[in-house]
Amino acid sequence: MSVARPLPHDAAALHVAGQARYVDDIPTPTGTLHLAFGLSDVAHARITAMDLTAVRQAAGVVAVLTCDDLPGANDVSPSVHDEPLLAQGEVFYLGQPLFLVVATSHLAARKAARLGRISYDERPAILSIDQAIAADSRFEEGPRIYSKGEPERALKAADHRIEGQIEIGGQEHFYLEGQAALALPQENDDMIVNCSTQHPTEIQHKVAEALNLPMNAVRVETRRMGGGFGGKESQGNALAVATAVAARLTGHACKMRYDRDDDMMITGKRHDFRIAYRAGFDDEGRIEGIEFTQWARCGWAQDLSLPVADRAMLHADNAYHLKDVRIVSHRLKTHTQSATAFRGFGGPQGMLGMERVIDHIAHELGRDPLNVRRVNYYRAAAADAGASGGSISAKKNDRAPQLTPYHMPVEDFILHEMTEALAERADYGARRHAVAEWNAHNRVLKKGIALTPVKFGISFTLTHLNQAGALVHVYQDGSVHMNHGGTEMGQGLFQKVAQVAAARFAVDPALVKITATDTAKVPNTSATAASSGSDLNGMAVKAACDTIRDRMAAFLAQEHQVEAADVVFADGEVRVGGAVYTFQEAAKRAYEGRVSLSATGFYKTPKVAWDRIRGVGRPFFYFAYGVAVSEVVLDRMTGENRILRCDILHDAGASLNQAIDIGQIEGGYVQGAGWLTTEELVWDDKGRLRTHAPSTYKIPAASDRPGIFNVALWDGENREETIYRSKAVGEPPFMHGISAFLALSDAVAACGAGYPDLQAPATAQSVLQAIRRVEGDG
Amino acid sequence: MTKINMTVNGRAVSAEAEDRTLLVEFLRSGLNLTGTHVGCDTSQCGACLVHVNGEAVKSCTMLAAEAEGAEVTTIEGMANADGSLSTIQAAFQEHHGLQCGFCTPGMVMSAAALLKDNPKPSEAEVRDYLEGNICRCTGYHNIVKAIMAASGQLDAIAAE
Ligand code: FES
Ligand code: FES
Repeated sequence: MSVARPLPHDAAALHVAGQARYVDDIPTPTGTLHLAFGLSDVAHARITAMDLTAVRQAAGVVAVLTCDDLPGANDVSPSVHDEPLLAQGEVFYLGQPLFLVVATSHLAARKAARLGRISYDERPAILSIDQAIAADSRFEEGPRIYSKGEPERALKAADHRIEGQIEIGGQEHFYLEGQAALALPQENDDMIVNCSTQHPTEIQHKVAEALNLPMNAVRVETRRMGGGFGGKESQGNALAVATAVAARLTGHACKMRYDRDDDMMITGKRHDFRIAYRAGFDDEGRIEGIEFTQWARCGWAQDLSLPVADRAMLHADNAYHLKDVRIVSHRLKTHTQSATAFRGFGGPQGMLGMERVIDHIAHELGRDPLNVRRVNYYRAAAADAGASGGSISAKKNDRAPQLTPYHMPVEDFILHEMTEALAERADYGARRHAVAEWNAHNRVLKKGIALTPVKFGISFTLTHLNQAGALVHVYQDGSVHMNHGGTEMGQGLFQKVAQVAAARFAVDPALVKITATDTAKVPNTSATAASSGSDLNGMAVKAACDTIRDRMAAFLAQEHQVEAADVVFADGEVRVGGAVYTFQEAAKRAYEGRVSLSATGFYKTPKVAWDRIRGVGRPFFYFAYGVAVSEVVLDRMTGENRILRCDILHDAGASLNQAIDIGQIEGGYVQGAGWLTTEELVWDDKGRLRTHAPSTYKIPAASDRPGIFNVALWDGENREETIYRSKAVGEPPFMHGISAFLALSDAVAACGAGYPDLQAPATAQSVLQAIRRVEGDG
Repeated sequence: MTKINMTVNGRAVSAEAEDRTLLVEFLRSGLNLTGTHVGCDTSQCGACLVHVNGEAVKSCTMLAAEAEGAEVTTIEGMANADGSLSTIQAAFQEHHGLQCGFCTPGMVMSAAALLKDNPKPSEAEVRDYLEGNICRCTGYHNIVKAIMAASGQLDAIAAE
């Protein structure tokens, strides 16, 4: 069967030959024009005048547009219409697009965009979390609060208590292909847009609004992205709308790609957070009562910040049963880029808050953090779970699933076994001793080790997004054309889903043509996000294939006077009665028998329903799990550090493609470790992002990756009925990077007696500060 | 506008370009060789890496005019004469040395330059050499593995 095989990425042969096309590589019609935005120089101001004379006179400039020139809605927000394409009287962050230059070349457009003379009446800017708290600048009327049990009482009653706070920095996506879009005007005012986006339907929707057209007049196509990571869920809207509007006004094809600097200045990043905690616990570190307060810096527009902050709350427990818990979330509005989706979508920040508490408790009690983790883990999934109507054991209550802070039973918890397996495989116990031994004998270089778990909820928390469609054709020569609503950004979705289609027809995956995501083929799609791509689209494609297969079976069964159920699709053949056809022959017979060989498929995730305001219910279909051990070394004099070794055991259910899944885990870990170590975003006191190029923003390089790096898949099936019992794998491994951060905390702790109180990212400077802290206390 | 002549992937080409045209623009827009990518515009990511007279060069940092008369090889010129994938290309495919693929042409060109000078690099040498090539997707593990495999040293990889 074609699933569960480690086949290469579908376009690998094209990529290595430089033949795979991204938006900027698509041949354009002659006369194609190029766009660039003129950007705001200040973080918050009223615009008193815009003198664009020099811009208009610059070489190659064809047109210059301001908000007054737009034919339709001036809005590129994916949520609440609060994000003008071009500023309307007021600017809200440094880097905000003010006007749009249309020119004969990319360079001409960019050069001209610098020539605008803008007069501002500056206003006080709210940039930091502290400033936003002081000004009570927020989205929503007040904080969201989820709670369970009696946290205050439990906190008071506990034998031990700690409190603390962690600052968690944001992260630049740095998808290697910057944002890009190309609009091609059609007859009758229709528009085709090629866009590097995770969400073609949203692009279609925003372009239609901007052009005053119904959605059926706009077609959006996305073959692939050069990386997305959440940064192309909503941040491509501005480029797509800009190109479509300019194409409408000029009658020419229009293309826009952000230069890397512009990309970093304009687009949103991962939300930075501050998380404060108070926890009460017993002698073993078992948490009795806990309270988290999360502050998310959301930037100037709402974008996706509410569901991001929700997901941070939903992962505040990570893998631990919190009986009495309260989580408070503030969504702060600031005059900075509008923070947006980024792999994990708030989950990583919430989870780091929890892991920090465990680390702190362990330090307080002088225990191995792994033991503290284990005593707090959720109860294991009952071995007979899933079997309904089985005998009710006397000890039923001991085995009932425990509830998350949002009252969802955790029915599939497998971290006890996974932790055991990884601790053994990675030799955790012995290495922990060896690290202690090393630290006892080395004054300058200190080592640290940490094993951290991940429990990540799978489903869109906006429940209606959990749906997908597919369109499959079988041609009379037996070749298969497959289309679905998911987009390919390197995660291997197309390959996985093609393997599903091939498995349904029992043919070689080479017979399945993978085609670009296209809003004209599959409508009303959700973003490829929340790790849901293969879960949703795999199921939709399966449904479409099964419809066609059933029609073929019914027809052949009738021809051969057998039951349709006796028609067998296997090994590229169709067996019916005594006859054996190749799949190609069977398709041809069915066609000649006037059988429809085209079908749509649809899927919606079962079981999910919750109340996001109260924080009660089942937002997730299931959880994906994983464990990671990182070992690090740091230089006590400089704070410099590196990861020596990493071992990961990750749960991808029954993997659809092991090679692709392992690739996601390796890449996720390195990106997650980058977030928490070297990747630091710095804004100055005017609100200007100072780290807007890879020269100042340090992305992990080949030599940064751990010297020893072992990644394995947990051998198990999803207990829920997902596509071939696989599990989503895009986001969860990102959070294995937390093990690197806590290993650093462990190494810092070896420098003195105090608690490191390490802040993220743990740059050399942040590590050095932590070292001074523990030395001071020591 | 000046006429610029060079040999690209073994073929003599000549095209008009402004003096300030970057080599990457000349290749992409002028010659339609879009396999050479622009990732950072500022000589830091390596997505635009090509060979000029056999040396690895980030084509976003070189003017097309500077390559006047040079032998330039891009990713499109890396396949074997019969069109089949070269050893390095095939190794990237087979060992999953790519995800989104945007860094891949630069990585392949970088790997080729390394292996030309150092046919049996150690894993550490590969990692050091790739310092100027950013990949945001893979975590580099499979890229390094592919290069070690292409140099016939798959068994020398530290951890599997
Ligand atoms: S585009 Fe040339 S190095 Fe990045
Ligand atoms: S594969 Fe995406 S940047 Fe390397």
